[in-house]
Amino acid sequence: MSESERVRLIRERLEEALAPQELAIRDESHLHVGHEGARDGRGHFHVTIRAEAFRGVNPIARHRMVFDAMGELMNTDIHALRIDAAPPSGDDS
Amino acid sequence: MSIDETIKEQIEGNDVLLYMKGTPDFPQCGFSAQTAQILKQFGIEFAYVNILEDQDLRERLKEVANWPTYPQLYIDGELVGGCDIVMEMYQSGELKEMLEKAVGKA
Repeated sequence: MSESERVRLIRERLEEALAPQELAIRDESHLHVGHEGARDGRGHFHVTIRAEAFRGVNPIARHRMVFDAMGELMNTDIHALRIDAAPPSGDDS
Repeated sequence: MSIDETIKEQIEGNDVLLYMKGTPDFPQCGFSAQTAQILKQFGIEFAYVNILEDQDLRERLKEVANWPTYPQLYIDGELVGGCDIVMEMYQSGELKEMLEKAVGKA
């Protein structure tokens, strides 16, 4: 599967599950070429996401919401996911 | 001992426990390295498990923890998070507070 295809899949899943107001997905796989985690062919990604769904939710639960949205992709396509998840407008409460 | 019992014993038996790839001195992954480095800065004793040495535990803990990646930091028997959350809590000062509480009452 091509890298851009993976980004598209991640975007689709997150949009469907969390209706984000802002969403940026960066493929960082090239930074990890040759390291242990890159060997199985899965990718490294960075997700910046702002969604109302995160309001009043603690960091660990926010990350779980993102992981849950990824579903099987975590096993098939994603090796590592850096997550910056918060409610919109920089309000972190 | 079953894998689940091993995991339970590890998590409950250590105030501060890091499941990581490699060891704090020889980490095998950038995120594990970063997380271990943060813990080292506090100068506290912390336990670690190199999940690369136990494939069954590595897979099972993802399910038990409901957390699909490593590293995983546990303080006082609770999953705190992976590298991003640990970094965030380090910067906000929350991590220091949690560690002081956990190690202080040991």
